[in-house]
Amino acid sequence: MPTIHVDRDKCEGLGMCEAMANDYFEVGDDDILEVLNDVVPESDRAHVQSATQACPVLALRLED
Amino acid sequence: MTEFDDERNLVVVGGGLAGLRAIEAVRGTGWRGSLTLVGAEDHPPYDRPPLSKSFLAEGPLDQVTPFRSTVQLREELGTDVILGTRVEGVDTDRRSLQLSDGRRLAYDSLLVATGSNARKLDGQDSVSGVVGLRTDRDAAEVRRHLDQGARVVIVGAGFVGSEVASAALQRGLHVTIIDSEPVPLTRSVGRQVGEMCVDLHRAAGVELRTEVGVASFASRGGRLTGVVLTDGSELPADLAVVGIGATPATHWLTNSDVALEADGGIVCGDDLATSVPGIWAAGDVAHVPYEVFGGDLLRVEHWTNAAEQGAIAGRNAIRGEGDPEKISGIPYFWSNWYGHRLQFVGTSLRTEEVVIGPGGPGSVVLYRRGDRIVGALTIDRGGDIMKLRRRIVARGSWDEAVEFATARVEDGSGTKQTLPA
Repeated sequence: MPTIHVDRDKCEGLGMCEAMANDYFEVGDDDILEVLNDVVPESDRAHVQSATQACPVLALRLED
Repeated sequence: MTEFDDERNLVVVGGGLAGLRAIEAVRGTGWRGSLTLVGAEDHPPYDRPPLSKSFLAEGPLDQVTPFRSTVQLREELGTDVILGTRVEGVDTDRRSLQLSDGRRLAYDSLLVATGSNARKLDGQDSVSGVVGLRTDRDAAEVRRHLDQGARVVIVGAGFVGSEVASAALQRGLHVTIIDSEPVPLTRSVGRQVGEMCVDLHRAAGVELRTEVGVASFASRGGRLTGVVLTDGSELPADLAVVGIGATPATHWLTNSDVALEADGGIVCGDDLATSVPGIWAAGDVAHVPYEVFGGDLLRVEHWTNAAEQGAIAGRNAIRGEGDPEKISGIPYFWSNWYGHRLQFVGTSLRTEEVVIGPGGPGSVVLYRRGDRIVGALTIDRGGDIMKLRRRIVARGSWDEAVEFATARVEDGSGTKQTLPA
């Protein structure tokens, strides 16, 4: 199943991923992004994909 | 997709993020028609937010890397790329564009994503060292002056100007900011937040002079030596960064049938259709009605807006049958000042604002319209902003939002001290 990868050097905790898919992403205290569930069932692929593509600093990838 | 679809051609004018996302979205649908991207700059689309942030920091130059190379655009997205070329006019009857290299380019569907140009002051272009920050070239010029230890004057205490001031200060340079308003940013984020922003400058030790403008630029041998202000004083300077807003890059549409607003932005529906069938717009150029804000027409110059609208306009431009897609996102931006992060979501138009928290870093500001929350701003509270966004999109109640934000501020969650230097 597709898996979410976060490039921690790039991630700034801007939260667009949380805006698009708060069932998978949440920015916590201190601007640290928490991935709530890194394995994505096929049924959620499109939705998580659009969240990863919304990242303003290109820190997210959805890998097969 | 039908055979008919495959024979159509879509031309995207504008080599920024909106144009790129349009192309990616169009190919993402499996559409097999012909695609052309025309960009005025010499590179394929690249990321602009770093130009006033990491690109100006001390240390090795953070190169501007395009999202995809010209070869990738061609091979992975089947797109003909025409760079370093402006579109000078459009014949909407013949569906043809006039390019700056003399060529004509025919289209079946047209997507306008030309973005905006930094607004200029009189005399700005004739003095070396006076820069408006928009492109990677502008940023390289600002950086070169910072590297040389320039004395810096920032004209306009908006978000771009304040980020440049922050970068200059971090290098230990002398920075002065001037602004014509008594409280800068009042129009975009309200008076109370404007005052908090003034305090951020002052707390950082940057001089901010308000209610004063530029009378002229003093120069020697064509190079800037000082900024002469409307109160008669002169600030010695080697670099002046002019950040007084931007205007839609739609000059080439002024004699066309495409309806424009007074500011030159394009009148769009919430499906990003313009007044002319077959022509769509996205990003900084588009005035779009937001249903969630009672149909308010907003023209938004932010990253996420360009990304979202580009994709939607692209898919709508190649759609054969069926209802077009409508915008669903709301405006969002962020800005980094002196180690603090400001984030804003929603609208401040026709609102009353309420500050929750200490009234500076660590605060949440909520924007109220009637009994609803329509906007939110946080300073150093990255854990809160998207939770507030959710409430705004869901047309959440004012009282609940206040209760939520108050509880978050009081229990100390969602906050942080400062960003690492």
